[in-house]
Amino acid sequence: MFDDFFIRALVAGIGVALVTGPLGCFVIWRRLSYFGDTLAHSALLGVTLAFTMEFNIALSVFIISSLIALTLIQLQKRTNLPGDALLGLLAHSSLAVGLVVIGFLTFIRFDIMGLLFGDILAVTVDDLLIIWIGGAIILLILKLIWKPLFASTVNYELAEAEGLNPDRAKAIFTILMAAIIAISIKMVGLLLITGMLIIPAAMARNISTSPQKMVVYSIIGGLLSVILGLFSSLEFNTSSGPSIITAALLLFILSLFKIKQTIKLKN
Amino acid sequence: MSTNQNILVKLKDAGFKINDKWLVQGVSLQVEKGKIVTLIGPNGSGKSTTAKIALGIYKKIEGTVEKFTNKVGYVPQKISIDWTLPLRVNDFMVLTENLKDETIDEALSLTGVIHLKDKNLGDLSGGEFQRVLLARAISKKPDLLVLDEPVQGVDFTGEIALYELIKKISDELNCGILLISHDLHTVMSATDHVVCLNGHVCCSGSPTDVAKNNEYKALFGEQASQILSRYEHKHDHIHTNEGKIKKN
Repeated sequence: MFDDFFIRALVAGIGVALVTGPLGCFVIWRRLSYFGDTLAHSALLGVTLAFTMEFNIALSVFIISSLIALTLIQLQKRTNLPGDALLGLLAHSSLAVGLVVIGFLTFIRFDIMGLLFGDILAVTVDDLLIIWIGGAIILLILKLIWKPLFASTVNYELAEAEGLNPDRAKAIFTILMAAIIAISIKMVGLLLITGMLIIPAAMARNISTSPQKMVVYSIIGGLLSVILGLFSSLEFNTSSGPSIITAALLLFILSLFKIKQTIKLKN
Repeated sequence: MSTNQNILVKLKDAGFKINDKWLVQGVSLQVEKGKIVTLIGPNGSGKSTTAKIALGIYKKIEGTVEKFTNKVGYVPQKISIDWTLPLRVNDFMVLTENLKDETIDEALSLTGVIHLKDKNLGDLSGGEFQRVLLARAISKKPDLLVLDEPVQGVDFTGEIALYELIKKISDELNCGILLISHDLHTVMSATDHVVCLNGHVCCSGSPTDVAKNNEYKALFGEQASQILSRYEHKHDHIHTNEGKIKKN
């Protein structure tokens, strides 16, 4: 059944959406969307290194993104530059270095568009295994750190005072971010991964009244976006990433009507 | 290690500085089971800092802090909840520990906000939120309660009722309480031990001892030192939330 490229893409996309749903909620709650962007930009460097050394792409991206995240934490401690400047510095310099390295790799045929915007034709059975096994591990770890991570998102000092070790949860979450980017890069493309994280979660925020509901709606929104996006990608011969994100945007716009209603009810 | 089994947290010559400026220095105090220790002092005297040292929120400290329990309930002085989080009172109650529904209801009833259980945290008034904060801290039946201005923004009668509740909790749960308060009446009536701070410990002891202390008089004025007697406010009824009156 996985012979058909479209079925493979669909199974891969569903796997990605199940993981981006809950992670995306934390990206919104903790205001990390630009951080996600930085990690995604650095993924290009990971991909090029994977090609140079004939290494697994997902693993290489995961390692590079994690290194960038650790570098960021160190720079935050050692410099007086504001967080957004450091993020911009790392995002664009790692993107630039990645592109320069590609320039040297003239001997390899490179589908740069597929890399930036996702390519459903490129999803192999191996990728499916990486997405589903990797995704399951990410979700399991997220469940384990949920309490301290969520508590420190609401209030760091409360979590620290009541013995939940929020610093460890934050560090683990950073690694999970690098991991989701690594496994979803082929589907969504590195320029649009953050969109996959935040748009369904933003949609979910508009229609939910509790954190648990927001996570559930975010997953459902992600699944619908993937399914709608992939079918239209097939129909209109567009890149998979932009198609999925556009579908997510449509769902977000629909969710705005719900807010309007709630505001009306309040008045 | 102390031989006294009742000690919950012990600070010895503790201090904390940010950018070479000491927020507080040389604080020694201990909180024991069933006892209420109150920190008083002017603004900026290091009361909240001392509480955060005791809680282990500040890590790079001078001196030592030993904590003998992990069951801690904390009501911080300032807390802002982000609108990006859809958070109801009910979700907030189980923030750091999973609790049974009855336990949640009981705590919310004690602080008089059970009717707000399903409300969004962002929609509460300052006083209501303060009651929820207190309910959350006591609901997990902690060994150590750290209350930083726990009744700020609460109406007058509510304030007295909540202080009575805090006293009751300390007796019933036999937990130790580190309290920060500006209300000298309450401090003098319900506290076992008072620590008067002004960047350092300027005096400490039983409420009556502290009230007689000259440094305390200098800091708070003559009038404050006359506040010795228990606050006498006899209430024969309780005000329920819609303004109704319920006889005791």
